[in-house]
Amino acid sequence: MDVRLINPFINATLNVLETMAFIKVVPGKPYVKKDNVAVGDVTGILGLTGIANGTISVSFEEHCILTIVSNMFGETMERLDDDITDAVGELTNMISGQARRELEQIGKVFKAAIPSVVTGKNHSIRHYSDGPKIAIPFNTDGGDFTIEVCFD
Amino acid sequence: MDTSIKVLIVDDFATMRRILKNILKQLGFKNLVEADDGTTAWDVLENQEVDLIISDWNMPKMTGIELLKKVRADSRYARKPFLMVTAEAQKQNVIEAVQAGVSNYVVKPFTAEAISDKLEKILR
Repeated sequence: MDVRLINPFINATLNVLETMAFIKVVPGKPYVKKDNVAVGDVTGILGLTGIANGTISVSFEEHCILTIVSNMFGETMERLDDDITDAVGELTNMISGQARRELEQIGKVFKAAIPSVVTGKNHSIRHYSDGPKIAIPFNTDGGDFTIEVCFD
Repeated sequence: MDTSIKVLIVDDFATMRRILKNILKQLGFKNLVEADDGTTAWDVLENQEVDLIISDWNMPKMTGIELLKKVRADSRYARKPFLMVTAEAQKQNVIEAVQAGVSNYVVKPFTAEAISDKLEKILR
């Protein structure tokens, strides 16, 4: 997998969460993830097609996503409900869009599908490609989340 | 900026409709209606007097760009202000929207100030 595909997703994640949720996000060290078990309690997954085919996922710990969505709405969110899953879908969509804009600037054009969202402890993340799964952990004051990028 | 107008917010994500409603209410807009895709938005247009359309691009059934083209092709709505608020920010998307007659374009993620600035330009 072309490693230049990774950084735009990190940059997009920082930008989307800082702009829409007013939250400071600190990226950790990327690693190759071997299994399909989600790190978080709710995950947005989105397919990408173009010069390569693949998937991105964004998986949030419960407290982290409750903090983020509370900031986005300006009201306290207390449990993982339909409002939260909808927000995870839209956050995944925005991260994808922002990353694709940066990728276009280096000549890599992708189209995105509509995201899906999975919830529950230890749920599986099914990537559409058999390529390596690069996971990037992020830390916020409200908790942790992880994005995974997987391309042919 | 006339904040007494009726604004139609179109997005398949309730999250984004809620965020946009919050921003518009803070700006003084009170007359807000919603639709979760282009088809529903068209039904609203056919049944209510709407003054401004704020629409996402990527939606099921009828996308935002399809809605824009349909609006511009109908003499009853052709001059309605239409603000596209979308994560689709690739060059080809922007060109297509401009050619279809979009009034202005905001890329997600956005600040409340960005929405306010674009509305000032559209509605002055």
